[in-house]
Amino acid sequence: MARARTGVRALGAVLAAVLGASLAGCSSTGGKRAEDARKAQAAAGKSAVTTPRWTFAMVTHSGDGDTFWDIVQNGAEQAAVKDNINFLYSHNDEGQQQAQLVQAAIDKKVDGLIVSLAKPDAMKDVIVKAEKAGIPVITVNSGSEQSKAYGALTHIGQDETIAGEAVGDELDKRGKKKALCVLHEQGNVGHEQRCAGAKKAFGGRLQNLYVDGTNMPDVQASIEAKLQADPSIDSVVTLGAPFADAAVQARKTAESKAEVDTFDLNAKVATALTAGTLGFAVDQQPYLQGYEAVDLLWLYKYNADVLGGGRPVLTGPQIITKNDAAELQEYTERGTR
Amino acid sequence: MSATAPTATPDRTPDKTDERLLRTSPLRKLLGRPELGSVVGAVAVFIFFSFVADSFLRASSLSTVLYAASTLGIMAVPVALLMIGGEFDLSAGVLVTSSALVSSMFSYQMTANVWVGVFVSLLVTLAVGVFNGFMLTRTKLPSFIITLGTFLMLTGLNLGFTKLISGTVSTKSIADMEGFESAKKLFASQLTLGDVTLKVTILWWFVLVALATWILLRTRFGNWVFAVGGGADAARAVGVPVNRTKIGLYMGVAFAAWVSGQHLLFSFDVVQSGEGVGNELTYIIAAVIGGCLITGGYGSAIGSAVGAFIFGMTSKGIVYAEWNPDWFKFFLGAMLLLATLLNAWVRKRAEASK
Repeated sequence: MARARTGVRALGAVLAAVLGASLAGCSSTGGKRAEDARKAQAAAGKSAVTTPRWTFAMVTHSGDGDTFWDIVQNGAEQAAVKDNINFLYSHNDEGQQQAQLVQAAIDKKVDGLIVSLAKPDAMKDVIVKAEKAGIPVITVNSGSEQSKAYGALTHIGQDETIAGEAVGDELDKRGKKKALCVLHEQGNVGHEQRCAGAKKAFGGRLQNLYVDGTNMPDVQASIEAKLQADPSIDSVVTLGAPFADAAVQARKTAESKAEVDTFDLNAKVATALTAGTLGFAVDQQPYLQGYEAVDLLWLYKYNADVLGGGRPVLTGPQIITKNDAAELQEYTERGTR
Repeated sequence: MSATAPTATPDRTPDKTDERLLRTSPLRKLLGRPELGSVVGAVAVFIFFSFVADSFLRASSLSTVLYAASTLGIMAVPVALLMIGGEFDLSAGVLVTSSALVSSMFSYQMTANVWVGVFVSLLVTLAVGVFNGFMLTRTKLPSFIITLGTFLMLTGLNLGFTKLISGTVSTKSIADMEGFESAKKLFASQLTLGDVTLKVTILWWFVLVALATWILLRTRFGNWVFAVGGGADAARAVGVPVNRTKIGLYMGVAFAAWVSGQHLLFSFDVVQSGEGVGNELTYIIAAVIGGCLITGGYGSAIGSAVGAFIFGMTSKGIVYAEWNPDWFKFFLGAMLLLATLLNAWVRKRAEASK
């Protein structure tokens, strides 16, 4: 017992020391205080319309903690505030589970549905069910081929093959000869399409490299190994913003001169583009995918408007280089680009 | 059963028939080491890739392989010790991410010197280790269940807290804050010798292996670990503090998770909250390839290092060999299985020759 008591006392002393240290050991640079100082008071969101408070549900195939879908969700939420919408969001990366979540939304009798079709076959039945129940559906991100066939109003997203082709063209424009396409999820259809599209449009040679996306040091070491194995590689294309930084570090260690380019944006990518450590980024504007989906559903409910005329509405690819990056940096930091 | 002899008082006239007191030649001793099989496996994998991949034998390539092995090996050391003690930790992979997240977010939100965050993270991470050990010894539930629970809870906390505090699923960059540079030196610096870049994680790895080997073979705590893993009830009967030993082992895992987590933070300065899932299995694989028994009571820290090295060589060797990447996971699995089979075969031969 006596030992336990000394243990508690020691712990208390340690905690006190930590608190003391954290008060004394402030950083005069960076951190939250700097952010707060930077950020003027953000305007509080208010709805701009007086239409009834409809409920829209969004069900995506996002995994936990995915930066990209986080931005989609931000866009949808901000449009929902503006349109006086009660917005519900749920996600699961297993096709069957995602279908069950859509079913739950139908059971709740929502006024509109937004669904991503990464696994179209698993989603077909529930989407037909939703339409039978009189719920308008808009598909986002993936599934541009199936969207119309399943009876959705509109598809908003990027065609992954076209995005890949944009990368291939840009690499050609930069005079690259041998490129590496880094896939961080083996078996992801969208990823394969991006690399395949780039390969098709690119005049030089493009190879694929699979890495384990949940283990950043391993991603870095794998790219490093590839660059050492083949020094003639002059460009590395990563498929997600967080992996661009790992590729940059791998290039440094492998002493390669390859240019690093990436799909998607985040604050670090914007900084690196401005600094010139990254060549270019291909953005499909996830914010726009979420925002437009909610806004178009609202337009449909309010005015029976439909956009696209049965064809997908493309949100990308937008090639971002050093010139555009500085302007976008602020937006990436607040999580909307 | 335990590989160490019980602490019986030696008789003045030893009974020559007692096998424990027989003199053994150094060669025999070597053959009896648990990591012998894995060393043979490692040599085989090394020779294989030297022939298959041209760029594998270059010094710069080997330093890349060492880096990959070290980030895995740092965690494999305490995980091996824990396995010798007869327990699992499924939360180890996610705990690395948690540790990095706590450190980054504490520094950022408090606008504190980065070192303060690093220190707070150490306390939080160790607390998770104590929680695992305490729950295990108190509830008597299998460690599989307890740490599975911790694994899921940490995965949720990582995401939930990051989203709540930063507003996005990754942390904000702390690269411009005070103390970052000095902390980076300790956890993520690198030494360049000619065209070879050695990462500091390799040093951390070697130090941890040496420390763990010393603890296992030269200290009382090491004896307790073997005893607890060999048979907890028997160990308790002869006065080994079983509960404290297990809690200590979980704290060891937590400490290594803290080191890896800080490396993650200071080499990439932004942490993704969803990372780390699945890595716990890799640590266990490294320990098992290195000769640890899944049932406990047998294994070594050096073995875990050799296991991590085999894993690093295989995963990067496939890239150097430039095999068709569609088959990457298959090659990885097949190579590991072969290395482990060779390991088991060598060990059986060694035991038979005793």
